Amino acid sequence: MTDTVKGAAPAGEPILQVRNLVKHFPLTRGIVFQKQVGAVKAVDGISFDLHRGETLGIVGESGCGKSTVAKLLMNLERATSGEVFYKGEDITRLSGRALKAVRRNIQMVFQDPYTSLNPRMTVGDIIGEPFDIHPEVAPKGDRRKRVQELLDVVGLNPEYVNRYPHQFSGGQRQRIGIARGLALNPEIIICDEPVSALDVSVQAQVVNLMEKLQDEFGLSYIFIAHDLSIVRHISDRVGVMYLGRMAEIGTDAEIYEHPTHPYTQALLSAVPVPDPQAREQRAAGADSGAAAGRGRIILSGDVPSPADPPSGCRFRTRCWKAQDRCAQEQPLLAVPEVFRGSGTPAEHESACHFAEERATAEAA
Amino acid sequence: MTATDTMAGAPAPATATAPLLEVRDLHVEFHTRDGVARAVNGVNYSVNAGETLAVLGESGSGKSVTAQAIMGILDMPPGRIPQGEILFQGQDMLKMSAEARRKIRGRKIAMIFQDALSSLNPVLSVGYQLGEMFRVHQGLSRKAAKARSIELMDRVRIPGARARVNDYPHQFSGGMRQRIMIAMALALEPDLIIADEPTTALDVTVQAQVMDLLAELQRESTMGLILITHDLGVVADVADKIAVMYAGRIVENAPVHEIYRQPAHPYTKGLLQSIPRVDRKGQELYAIKGLPPNLLHVPAGCAFNPRCPMAQDVCRTDVPPLHTVGAGRGSACHFWKETLGD
Repeated sequence: MTDTVKGAAPAGEPILQVRNLVKHFPLTRGIVFQKQVGAVKAVDGISFDLHRGETLGIVGESGCGKSTVAKLLMNLERATSGEVFYKGEDITRLSGRALKAVRRNIQMVFQDPYTSLNPRMTVGDIIGEPFDIHPEVAPKGDRRKRVQELLDVVGLNPEYVNRYPHQFSGGQRQRIGIARGLALNPEIIICDEPVSALDVSVQAQVVNLMEKLQDEFGLSYIFIAHDLSIVRHISDRVGVMYLGRMAEIGTDAEIYEHPTHPYTQALLSAVPVPDPQAREQRAAGADSGAAAGRGRIILSGDVPSPADPPSGCRFRTRCWKAQDRCAQEQPLLAVPEVFRGSGTPAEHESACHFAEERATAEAA
Repeated sequence: MTATDTMAGAPAPATATAPLLEVRDLHVEFHTRDGVARAVNGVNYSVNAGETLAVLGESGSGKSVTAQAIMGILDMPPGRIPQGEILFQGQDMLKMSAEARRKIRGRKIAMIFQDALSSLNPVLSVGYQLGEMFRVHQGLSRKAAKARSIELMDRVRIPGARARVNDYPHQFSGGMRQRIMIAMALALEPDLIIADEPTTALDVTVQAQVMDLLAELQRESTMGLILITHDLGVVADVADKIAVMYAGRIVENAPVHEIYRQPAHPYTKGLLQSIPRVDRKGQELYAIKGLPPNLLHVPAGCAFNPRCPMAQDVCRTDVPPLHTVGAGRGSACHFWKETLGD
């Protein structure tokens, strides 16, 4: 029942619009006379929208640029080119006071709760620090009360304000990180692998907390993670990144049930299913790997270096469908022609020349 | 559900001989400034040749410490093994001399560590490190050892092994480094491999490659495998049987199919329920309340009782024994019948 609500088109206007975002890190040679010899193309032309109250999941392997995207959205890294529109204003060019004002509304929760909290600061100081930068949010006299409220909101005892981070467990620390992210009443929270450092039994607690906070405060999330099942649970839409580009983007059901990009298909098939019966089904399916209908696709080789990405489609070096065209022509992120106007769940943006649904036989 | 009970994945047929490795009533404790941490509290498990045992648990559950005790690489002190037996091919390794144990380590029992980058020596080429196994254990010459290293790298499917044998660990990707770790473990064709979170640091696509490789290598031999992990997905994928650990004890053990179908311990049940599922999207995830216990202050009675939805008074006072639930199946819960029932 709830499926239909979640699966429906995202409500609300776009709050964040990302257009052709590029980040190249220069590679230099020489110590005194530095000469640029190339660039690591960490993010190479990414576009997407984030709507109000929505969760956009971003998945991909390490090195695909998903964390760089997070930093670019926060303006922690300057984009090489491209735009990020927050409420119609391009924030990549902002600086000084204007940037500070925008940052109040876009906050971040980091991956590792062990290193992202200053061990010498009390929890009260950590959560209250944003108020030093934005004193207009909470007047000085109110701060302690506000911090205690925040602790309560994230499910920690408000009396813990004077404790230090080491006195908390991983899950509790991540709650502190979330409380700090919430302090300035932001509209958008960018979560970079917020639960992957936590114990399995604690992950669900933190995910539930984040969903509760979203409902309560109308937050929009960008949820970056490599755990595909958690991303599916929390996201309204999901984008799949590969080597600095978006391979496919769509609603959670479109991406997980009807992926049309070979990389998404391989990625999903690689996720171990917590059901031993899936093992027999897979074994019965086929052993021939890539050509298999429903079997696991084992990708050969490693992700190429982002300093020297393949021409055309970035995935072609590991793709079993690759042809000459893939090396020459970069596939654009768009609804593939075959599915255009079909009204099926396969009709979503996918950057592949040969996009098709996998295992049509399975449905038959 | 019960109608489709085809027993498709029945556990490997029990061999008539003794198990390859048997851990009996193992205790490990660490003496720290703050007191004694009982990391392992009477663990029993066994692995047969050709079998995969998954040891599932969170950090601090004692799963890695047990493995270190088996390998004989536990830091002592502060560690101590006050009680227990580790029988390998019928012999208690804890009673052996250091010399005898060293002969087993690497040759008969090998280990794959989680973090390949920090487990490999950064200043020695991988070929040298692989070759070391042959030079030290088999007394091969440098040249012969190198040839064997190349063979091994081929076996774990590192492309261009001949060209890469002189490369250093940092020149390999995470997945390739983990293959080198596997190659090193396989070098002397051990009877048992202990893999401690072998794929936790890897991406899913690479994880699939590595797990696939391990399964294939195991099929080629009669190697036993102890897979230590916290990933319920990986377990379902490769294990024959599971031991679930919590606060230094085994709370449940069972053949893999049964535990996923019908867990007999509330902890296992909670873990399985907290996996996000498609049909429950939009609802709150089931979450086990509370936190894993501090080993210096393990709750009295059943260590899981403060987090358990079924806890009664008896759980707070009596440590539950491992009740026999079925063939090859046990649950350390006073209320295992009720847990199974609903």
